Amino acid sequence: MIEIMDLSKRYGKFTALDSLNLNIEKGSVFGFVGQNGAGKSTTFSILATLLAPTSGSAYVNGYDVQKDSKLVRKQIGYMPDFFGVYDQLKADEYLHFYGASYGIPFAEREKLIPQLLDLVNLSNKRESYVDLLSRGMKQRLCLARCLIHDPEVLILDEPASGLDPRARVEMREILKELKSMGKTILISSHILPELAEMCDTIGIIDQGKLVAQGSVADIQSQLRGERLIIVKVHGSSEKAVSFFEDDPNIFKLALLEDGASFQFIYKGTAEEQTELLKRAILNNLAITSFAEAETDLEDVFMEITKGVELT
Amino acid sequence: MKNLVVNPVLNKEFKLRFRSFKSYLGVLFYLLALGLIIVGFIFIESLSNNMQGFFKPDQSRTMFMVLSILQLGLILFITPGLTAGVISSERERQTLNIMLTTTQSSSSIILSKLISSISYLILLIAASLPLYSFVFLFGGISPGQLLTTMGFYLFTILVYGSLGVLFSTLIRKTIVSMVTTYGVTLFLAGGTAFLTLIFMQLTNAYGYSGTQPTNPLAYFPAMLNPVIILMSTFEPEMTNEITRSTGIEFPLWISYLISYTLIFIGAILLSIKKLRPNMKKG
Repeated sequence: MIEIMDLSKRYGKFTALDSLNLNIEKGSVFGFVGQNGAGKSTTFSILATLLAPTSGSAYVNGYDVQKDSKLVRKQIGYMPDFFGVYDQLKADEYLHFYGASYGIPFAEREKLIPQLLDLVNLSNKRESYVDLLSRGMKQRLCLARCLIHDPEVLILDEPASGLDPRARVEMREILKELKSMGKTILISSHILPELAEMCDTIGIIDQGKLVAQGSVADIQSQLRGERLIIVKVHGSSEKAVSFFEDDPNIFKLALLEDGASFQFIYKGTAEEQTELLKRAILNNLAITSFAEAETDLEDVFMEITKGVELT
Repeated sequence: MKNLVVNPVLNKEFKLRFRSFKSYLGVLFYLLALGLIIVGFIFIESLSNNMQGFFKPDQSRTMFMVLSILQLGLILFITPGLTAGVISSERERQTLNIMLTTTQSSSSIILSKLISSISYLILLIAASLPLYSFVFLFGGISPGQLLTTMGFYLFTILVYGSLGVLFSTLIRKTIVSMVTTYGVTLFLAGGTAFLTLIFMQLTNAYGYSGTQPTNPLAYFPAMLNPVIILMSTFEPEMTNEITRSTGIEFPLWISYLISYTLIFIGAILLSIKKLRPNMKKG
């Protein structure tokens, strides 16, 4: 659905985007993670036909963003990280304006707008002036605007930034709904755990380069080659601890507060991990749970981008 | 044409313009200013006729000229203010990017922005028409002259408006765009008149050798000056003087039409080209 090949953007000597390669499947949700100035918004702007790349190519649904920019605009719904609204325009008129901008006839817009407002939980704000809405409501209205021409791809640049926790949850629920509708969503955010929950794939971008891509677990193992395992035993954990301590792939073993659980970092392969569990069972250890801990995406992100000085 | 009539940007701009109370205040103050000047002119002229309170038809013609020049001055003053922020203010308000990701063409956006902003000026001029009826009340002016003046205004507004739109597209900050547009307007309306005078004076200074000296240089700033062109429609002698002085017999107003049409086309085409990034692969 979205294909990016060797995409670069330079401003004089500054490289905002450095040979970015990316492939996003139809119907998937791709999360773009990176520090401020890493190149996320530059990538989104190029895909939204707002910025010409210095070199490389990008395709949306098979259309080249440079050669077929008008066709690309039909395919995408773009929500920038910062956007304004018109004073003295009502929510209904706001959506009518953008609907008309996509050439949607008035009668069709009249049917569409209530549905979209319902989707973003703003039905009761149809006659409200846009500039009087709260930030969260404006974000949701902007999302409704993105959907007015039923695009296949949504490019959402930090849609949850500046929102309070409740508004974030509402936004997340709407995005889940859109995902279930089969939209391909490209989203950037600093709220990493939320991305982990929502996205099929995550790309970490740093200084214009994609440094990691895959599921959260993939990225972690790809970059660290290690997993955090939590083991729970029935009764005393002493015997189990001494068994696991002897394994050369196990590091930083630590007992947890409940006394029956402990955790360690495992650096072996998946096959070795399976063998370890088999041996533990054969040694009559009363293991009730042996599981990889949920990945802390913040930690992964910090580790990947650590020590990088932004220019 | 249908696209322009039902253009969403045009509709939105009209809606926003006339929802603002400031727009109505603008019309009020514009008419008040013009009305005060007309009444003041009649009052002063009546007093100057040996305090007899008469107002002669030839004075009515003078009043029409004063009113027309004044209205041109107001147009040249207001047009940059209305047009020099049409694109840059959208950029500053962070609404431009969203508009540019819609399927509207750049030409549609630029033209509808221009039309919506100058239509307010056209409203001002149309609203001032009843004031011109004072002139007809006293005689001395033909309806044809009035129509010519209105056509001249419309054309001039379009050209200066297109310059405002151009600078608004090229320059990111509205304030800088405004200053630039006012600067160019000042040059075209005042600077060219000054240059014309200088060149004509230079011609006269070396004009003692017997034959009538000519200097074609004065023609070019004169053909760009809207005040000179408007005056020449009232006073044909002025055109004759420029023809004598420059040696160029080609009608000044046609040169004005041609040069300003070229400026208009150039400004609009450049605005359309520069609104969106050049996405063509090199």
